[in-house]
Amino acid sequence: MELSHFLLSLLVISGSTYLLRAIPFAAVRKKIESPFILSFLDYIPYTVLAAMTLPGALTGAAAPPAAGIGLLVATLVAIRCRSLTLVAAITCLVSYLASLLLPYFA
Amino acid sequence: MQTASSYLRGLRAGIPIGLGYLSVSFSFGIMASSIGLDWWQGVLISMLTLTSAGQLAGVQAMALPGQYLSMLIAQLTINLRYSFMSVSLAQKTDGRFRGIWKWLLGFFMTDEIFAVANEEGTVRRSFFFGLATLPYFGWAGGTLIGALLGDVLPGALMDALSLAIYGMFIAIIAPRAARELPIFTVVAVAVGLQCAFTFLPLLSAVPAGISISVSAVVAALLGAALFPSRRREEKEVAD
Repeated sequence: MELSHFLLSLLVISGSTYLLRAIPFAAVRKKIESPFILSFLDYIPYTVLAAMTLPGALTGAAAPPAAGIGLLVATLVAIRCRSLTLVAAITCLVSYLASLLLPYFA
Repeated sequence: MQTASSYLRGLRAGIPIGLGYLSVSFSFGIMASSIGLDWWQGVLISMLTLTSAGQLAGVQAMALPGQYLSMLIAQLTINLRYSFMSVSLAQKTDGRFRGIWKWLLGFFMTDEIFAVANEEGTVRRSFFFGLATLPYFGWAGGTLIGALLGDVLPGALMDALSLAIYGMFIAIIAPRAARELPIFTVVAVAVGLQCAFTFLPLLSAVPAGISISVSAVVAALLGAALFPSRRREEKEVAD
């Protein structure tokens, strides 16, 4: 990758993220009242993460079946237990095992 | 000294966040490596950006030349929630936590750091800085380890490890989606839209960054229209 492309991308990514955080923090003092906007804000983290995860995780590096099984198990575990680390670890472990074992079943 | 004890209290509160970040940023480090970035590039991204979803979208867009505008749009939408977290937390900052301090410490406004800081009645800048310390090092350090190991580990293992970041996303979504219809609905809509963007003929031409943003925003708007957050309503009635 060209250095200039990397640096420009880095600037876009880190700059925009920082400004989105800092400007409202330093500048806005009035409270947000609109129930519609507040609701929208409540849902946005979930819809963003959802849109990023599916079908993205299945079309990435790991083979779809192995990734799919890993994600499925992760979902079941996450519903019971919210630990970020544990669920992340289980996702990797299960999909790795699945990738090793699946060729024997296909 | 109040500043020191406040800082230490924040530091302690940040321990679980730091540990969680260590494992997820490890996955990001690996992914950055597999996309072709040098180890220092991945680490630099983490040190300057400090966000999982945004960094992930960012490096995936980076793999292609150009794309700066769609990268910016993706970043703005994916990270927009931080703006509202900032507005929300700004209500609670104490008198000394203002001006230049907000410009500096605002950098650390991540989901988890916001969530813990939000528990405070009044947020002191020393507490917030303490809270952000370990997560920052966990995020940068985990990326470093992941990026360095990226060349060493076997392919299958690396592929599996790159899923950790998605595992964390699921850990955030699943508990509420499984129990609350509104959350389940917006998640399902977002995924449905994103699948449409991925697999349908015309829509698949839309760059990933933009499609994620559109899916997320449309789903959240739908949710706000169909399922206004009850929490707020109850709060307003009580006031």
